[in-house]
Amino acid sequence: MAKSDIKKTTASKRPEDPGRRDFIVIATNAMAGLGAAAVAWPLIDQMNPAADTLALANIEVDVSKIAEGQSITVKWRGKPVFIRHRTEDEIARASATDMSDLRDPESDQARAEKADYLVLVGVCTHLGCVPLGQKTGEVRGEYDGWFCPCHGSHYDTSGRIRKGPAPTNLEVPPYTFLSDSVIRIG
Amino acid sequence: MSAEKFQNPVVRWIDHRLPIFSMLDHEKYDYPVPKNLNYMWNFGVLAGLSLAIMIITGIVLAMSYTAHVDYAFEAVERIMRDVNHGWMIRYIHMNAASFFFIVVYIHIFRGLYYGSYKAPRELLWILGVVIFLLMMATAFMGYVLPWGQMSFWGATVITNLFSAIPVVGDSIVTLLWGGFSVDNPTLNRFFSLHYLMPFVIAGVVVLHIIALHRFGSNNPIGIDASGPQDTISFHPYYTMKDMVGIAVFLLLLAIAVFFFPNAMGHPDNYIPANPLQTPAHIVPEWYFLPFYAILRAVPDKLGGVLLMFGAIAVLFVLPWLDRSPVRSARFRPLFRIFFWLLLIDAVALGYLGGKPAEGIYVVLSRIATAWYFLHFLVILPLLSVFETTKPLPKSISEPVLSRSKSANAPLGAGLEPAE
Amino acid sequence: MIRYLIVFALSLFLIGPALAAGGAVELTKRDWSFNGPFGTFDKAAMQRGFQVYREVCAGCHSMKYIAFRNFADLGYNESEIKALAAEYEVEDGPNDDGEMFIRAGIPADRMPSPYPNDNAARAGNGGALPPDLSLIAKARANGPDYLYSLLVGYKDAPSDTSVPDGMYYNNAYSGNLIAMPQPLYGDDVTYADGTTASIEVMSADLTQFLMWAAEPKLEARKRIGVAVVFFLSVFVILSILAKRRVWADVH
Repeated sequence: MAKSDIKKTTASKRPEDPGRRDFIVIATNAMAGLGAAAVAWPLIDQMNPAADTLALANIEVDVSKIAEGQSITVKWRGKPVFIRHRTEDEIARASATDMSDLRDPESDQARAEKADYLVLVGVCTHLGCVPLGQKTGEVRGEYDGWFCPCHGSHYDTSGRIRKGPAPTNLEVPPYTFLSDSVIRIG
Repeated sequence: MSAEKFQNPVVRWIDHRLPIFSMLDHEKYDYPVPKNLNYMWNFGVLAGLSLAIMIITGIVLAMSYTAHVDYAFEAVERIMRDVNHGWMIRYIHMNAASFFFIVVYIHIFRGLYYGSYKAPRELLWILGVVIFLLMMATAFMGYVLPWGQMSFWGATVITNLFSAIPVVGDSIVTLLWGGFSVDNPTLNRFFSLHYLMPFVIAGVVVLHIIALHRFGSNNPIGIDASGPQDTISFHPYYTMKDMVGIAVFLLLLAIAVFFFPNAMGHPDNYIPANPLQTPAHIVPEWYFLPFYAILRAVPDKLGGVLLMFGAIAVLFVLPWLDRSPVRSARFRPLFRIFFWLLLIDAVALGYLGGKPAEGIYVVLSRIATAWYFLHFLVILPLLSVFETTKPLPKSISEPVLSRSKSANAPLGAGLEPAE
Repeated sequence: MIRYLIVFALSLFLIGPALAAGGAVELTKRDWSFNGPFGTFDKAAMQRGFQVYREVCAGCHSMKYIAFRNFADLGYNESEIKALAAEYEVEDGPNDDGEMFIRAGIPADRMPSPYPNDNAARAGNGGALPPDLSLIAKARANGPDYLYSLLVGYKDAPSDTSVPDGMYYNNAYSGNLIAMPQPLYGDDVTYADGTTASIEVMSADLTQFLMWAAEPKLEARKRIGVAVVFFLSVFVILSILAKRRVWADVH
């Protein structure tokens, strides 16, 4: 059978699509579209954090064992969280800072629920490195807070950006004191 | 010719440079399809749909899967318990695999019944058998990934088939394993290949479709279309008819996924793989059972393996075994009887493959295996010579017109007349 | 072909179960609340079942894939789960000194296993490994009925059967000789809600709990399934009507 013969004849006789204006045909096609869209959602939503990931989205930390002047780092949502038990001197310096000196003005009271404990997400706001200054003996930068070695950002004792390329202060994660010694982050 | 076809200026601009819309348009309207295709011709599209479902859900599952013997089972459980909608996606992947095989088996038997493998469609048929082989390899490797007991022991048994090859068999098996037993390297390479093969299948499917469009679809009568009165355009007629098939397919798949998700699986695969303990009664997935029965029917190791692969190899040469010039079984009364016997034989093999290899089951497996090969190697060649076929109609339109009254009966439209 | 194929498929469905049947043991079939297309779990039964697991089974059987947070499905609220988790000890670490330490559990933790590894479990049970129970209801054919039948299936061995040391006679177990001693006798636990702790009630409650553990998404699955099947049924009917409309002019 020569295929080209059929082609010539049928091509000239293109049918008027009988379904174009028919309600039932339109409804069927609409349902097919709706179904496809509904199926897309689970396939996309599966990329969102799973239940076991969400279960670790908030953690509880006992801060009573941190000696004054010491810091601890805990992991929260895959990122380091700095908790520093600040000395009187550090608190005094943080709250005495003049707002006009700050690139991203924020008072120390607004950043620490209890002045003794400063809780920060330990990720430099410049390009995501982890700043130094947690362990005794580490470089703390010119403002005695934290220093990011990647591109030289200096943070003060309230975690605010003072010098270097970072645009904003170190982020304060959402947290609450469940008791005097336990905080819940997240 | 394409320029005035499209109203939308963007479509026209693109089509002038990249004529994809012309191509689609051509397939939709200019590709002549016999007007008498029945619902058996839905299964090609359904197989394509199954492949698409498998690829999409598979890519999504791979986002949460870990191919390591220590974590694979747990990763699958995490998908089932913690990943958003993970249980649904995995159950779809599991059950759509079975549905893929159901659809393809019907597609194959449709081809057997209506003689779709005959000239000039031999390559079309052979490409189909290639797809079937690739599917079996893909399904086998996919079943290993959850790393349950059946995964592990299925992998062990099937890879050991290659040890039957004389001289180099053991070396080949070691090569497949990447070690001295099925272990982490095996799992990793199976995952890699399981991800790759569906795209290879998709490539062969494209060839399959190119070969199909060379001469167009066969039809229930098996004679070529003689002119425009015998054909209709693919769209909207067959797109709409395929929609019915897709709707029914999805409904059945949904019933399986949401209400009987594990019915076609095996409970032992919910036990983590244990290389030191074989389950009491191991069976492959149901779609391999007929071949498994052939394997076990032969008391010789190499012979069993050869016969099992021979069962598929015989399909490759089928167009040259059945030399009858008449395609459709409608006009071949004897062939028709043997067709149904073959189907019963295949189902019997499937049943026997799931039974323990002892007693009466072994005897029956041997009879069924013998019949399978007898059908292809002896009966079909003899039938092509000795069978008296019924007279063929002059054209597709002739019998269609003669029954146009009954074809309009409710829901009866699309079913062919009694045979 | 289609007609014969349909007849063929139907006859397979009819004779299929007959051929598949003939298992070695008879299971007690129960009408579980989670059966059927609208099935749901019985929360009260699951809580009781969990109590049986904790007080009877947990000494030998782990449930590794269950986290404390999952018990929200049983109807416990956040603070109850927190308190429950805190009753367990979990190994964590290493700490800054490089040592593993024991802390109280939190809801995100998985249930701790009674043995540190499979070998220890075998050694503690005369060579038999008590299987993990997280998936047991799916890892056995006819899971729930099997588990129930097994739990109530301890009987005196018939006189012609000799039971070796360390083995026990059970009706539902394949081969009838099981290494697990009878776990439930009745009144093994005291239910807080006052339910009589007969062996049947405890076995059913435990089965309910284990089915949930194996298939925690069962309720969501059936709920979504009913909606999907309804949607697709309408779609099937519509597409048949649409197909007939489109094909009306083909002769």
